[in-house]
Amino acid sequence: MKLYLTKADCDMTNAVALDDMFLTKAMPTTAGSKMLDSYMSLFDAEVVTKLTDAGYEIAGKANVGEMAVDLLGETSYEGAVTDDNGTLLSASAEIAKEAKAVLCFDVNGAPRRAAAINDLVFVKPTYGTVSRFGTISSACSGETVGVMAKTVADAKAVLTAIAGHDDKDGTSLSDAQCEKILTTEKAVKKVAVAKSITASADDAVKADIEAAKKALSDKGIEIAEIDDEILTKAKAAWNILMSAELCNNVSRFDGVKYGYRSENYTTIEELYTNSRTEAFGELLKTMIIYGSDVLSTDNYMSFYDKAMRIRRVVAEKFAEIFAEYDAVMLPASSKKTFTKADTDANKYLAFDENLYTAPATITGLPAVVGGGVQLIGKAFSDSALMDAVQIIKEGK
Amino acid sequence: MKKYETVIGLEVHIELATKSKIFCSCSAEFGGEQNDHVCPACCGMPGMLPVTNKKVVDLGMTAGMMLNCDINRTTTFDKKNYYYPDLPCSYQTTQWFAPICVNGKVRIKTSKGEKDIRIKQIHMEEDAGKLVHDDWTDTSLVDYNRTSVPLIEIVSQPDFSSAEEVVAYLERLRSLLRFAKVSQCRMEQGSMRCDVNLSIREEGDTKLGVRTEMKNMNSISAITRAIEYEVARHIDALENGTEELVQETRRWDDVKGKSYAMRSKETAGDYRYFPDPNVMPIVIDDEWFNSIKASLPEFPEVKKARFIDELGLSEYDADLITQSRAFCDCFEEAYKECGEAKEVANWLISDCMNMLNKKGSTMDQLKVDGNALGKLIKLVMESKVTRGNAKKILLVMDEETIDPEKYATENNFIVSNDTANIEKVIKEIVASDPKSVADYKGGKEKALMALFGKCMKTLKGNCDPQVLRKILLEEIDKA
Repeated sequence: MKLYLTKADCDMTNAVALDDMFLTKAMPTTAGSKMLDSYMSLFDAEVVTKLTDAGYEIAGKANVGEMAVDLLGETSYEGAVTDDNGTLLSASAEIAKEAKAVLCFDVNGAPRRAAAINDLVFVKPTYGTVSRFGTISSACSGETVGVMAKTVADAKAVLTAIAGHDDKDGTSLSDAQCEKILTTEKAVKKVAVAKSITASADDAVKADIEAAKKALSDKGIEIAEIDDEILTKAKAAWNILMSAELCNNVSRFDGVKYGYRSENYTTIEELYTNSRTEAFGELLKTMIIYGSDVLSTDNYMSFYDKAMRIRRVVAEKFAEIFAEYDAVMLPASSKKTFTKADTDANKYLAFDENLYTAPATITGLPAVVGGGVQLIGKAFSDSALMDAVQIIKEGK
Repeated sequence: MKKYETVIGLEVHIELATKSKIFCSCSAEFGGEQNDHVCPACCGMPGMLPVTNKKVVDLGMTAGMMLNCDINRTTTFDKKNYYYPDLPCSYQTTQWFAPICVNGKVRIKTSKGEKDIRIKQIHMEEDAGKLVHDDWTDTSLVDYNRTSVPLIEIVSQPDFSSAEEVVAYLERLRSLLRFAKVSQCRMEQGSMRCDVNLSIREEGDTKLGVRTEMKNMNSISAITRAIEYEVARHIDALENGTEELVQETRRWDDVKGKSYAMRSKETAGDYRYFPDPNVMPIVIDDEWFNSIKASLPEFPEVKKARFIDELGLSEYDADLITQSRAFCDCFEEAYKECGEAKEVANWLISDCMNMLNKKGSTMDQLKVDGNALGKLIKLVMESKVTRGNAKKILLVMDEETIDPEKYATENNFIVSNDTANIEKVIKEIVASDPKSVADYKGGKEKALMALFGKCMKTLKGNCDPQVLRKILLEEIDKA
């Protein structure tokens, strides 16, 4: 099962699908969770309105991992999407192979992993340039609406339609700032490869990095290596911030107002506890517990507060790097094939894989994936990154 | 007999007088049909993001400035997590790390003299919904109209030592905040709520005793009763061991005159405060700060002194008018227009008050425009409109914006200068009622009043009473 909900008679070449974190009036939105099974929103997400206004059709909803925090969608209530060999497939990636594009909510890097593995393009734009109004909030300080497509041109076209200021989103940047991501002010001339992060990936991934390096240097772009020790700290910090914000964002799902309600309860406490126990998956429950723990009075300063400081340190490190370089190159994942057996053996694989995706998430910097590799740039350099990814793809 | 002293701290919640809620554009108006002032955001549905209502911050600053606080120029919103059916998101957005105001003070006057009550902080937060218990079906229903209505919480230091001081403070708070249009501060509507934290100790002791918190006092007199009861209960427990005092929250039952331990609203667990990532820190620059400072009203007691010293109002009149910002604004505008302070005061204190009382409105609900009132008073003083008719015009002025002179002209309230017509009417009435004329000549004053009344009625009240009386007496003489 790829799409779990499609619009019939859809011209896929002009249609954009959405992963199931985007609220739509016409179709249910579940966030991959039993808690929101068949939840019907009263309003459309802002990006849905913008897509329709720009003339695109909404192709349908793609299966997504519960609250979009897992590895490749394997925790979806609809079930993991796999091939005959047990290889995990991302529903968004499968649809992106047919539709013009798929909008994905990048909370914990899943769309970037999926794009790298499937040789697709994914653009995670600068935080604040695409409205989050109408997305199901997961980890608000880092989650970003991104575009998955077969080509850079398609991704850019759809990004152009959805970027822009929105009064309904308090973190939304001005129109002038949002427009900057669509024009290349300064082309990428110097790229820094994140040394230790790249070294920790497997040979197949390393090969993609080498191929990308060659494609860029063939066009006269300088490649260097940088010490990425500080960037590796983003992983633990994002795991903390993400879990804390997530546990708070899902506390509204209490079985009282809408969504799943257990049939077993006699008191309000039982209604809360049983509804949430029965409707949430393992990974989400773990993150709720972890998130509650890091926010507890005893732990707040050494965990949550510390994680916010690490975010600042990582951001400053990036600023230092971007004083000299135009982009940082690193893998989007440790390997190119993940199986159900992998995630059964380690339910928290997504936490580990954060090594590759957390640096861009926690700082809100733009990240573009293409040709199996990830480029991170300074704020508003999205277009320059897309151009560079285009070069990488052409060189393969 | 040991002597005890009482130590009280107060947490006062004030509903801010904004049109919409704190993070969405739903109406913040009191009442309304259940679940009518709601949207996905304040109902805890997924997908809507909080967007701060600027007026909330304006009023938070205003309150702080009225209460001598320091304003935190960078202030943030934080989430307080707990589960309860009246809390749709299972968290309340409040201020934990950097409240908007800190370190204020309020001076109160009691029978023992003047005293400063220190304010620890003022923070902005959102209100929760209302639970309605249906005994018939034994179910609880939730009304989300009140969720996310903006509040400020004013936290005092434990500086109170008596119910009298608490009452003086609450009345002072109410006066200042109403004056600055921060809130209507109506306890009966819940726009002002007070939680009392109370402990007792032996006189001279420095260590604090066991503290209990009391909620659900719906009027200032109820607060006095609650404090007196609780102090007695604490003393009784300490002296006679009637019960063990524990730190707890108690509900005041004004009907029974007792406090009861509340079933804990939430497990006294960890609230897990953290900053709301969706709401940017609010940075108050000099321009914003100064614009709020410039908008502060003159304090009521300063106005009162000025009304007495400079405008010659009596203490009673000045005191009454300065109870209400609406009355003060109306008074000052009217005075500016007609220059007659005592006249304006009379109109406000008798005519306007009567009018409001009949409608069941509060002083602050006066809608009469001060400038228009001044013009109306001038019309009366110039004998262009009788006082009786002016009162009718006043009623209209509380409903709509009108120009009194224009309205009077259109509705025939301008006193007729047509002496010929007046004489004609008087002649006719005198001729038609010879008995009354005779009675008057015989010494019955009432008879004159009867004739006067008939003339005035025929002339539709549109005659200067002095002129009418003069001509009537002349005609009676002739008759």
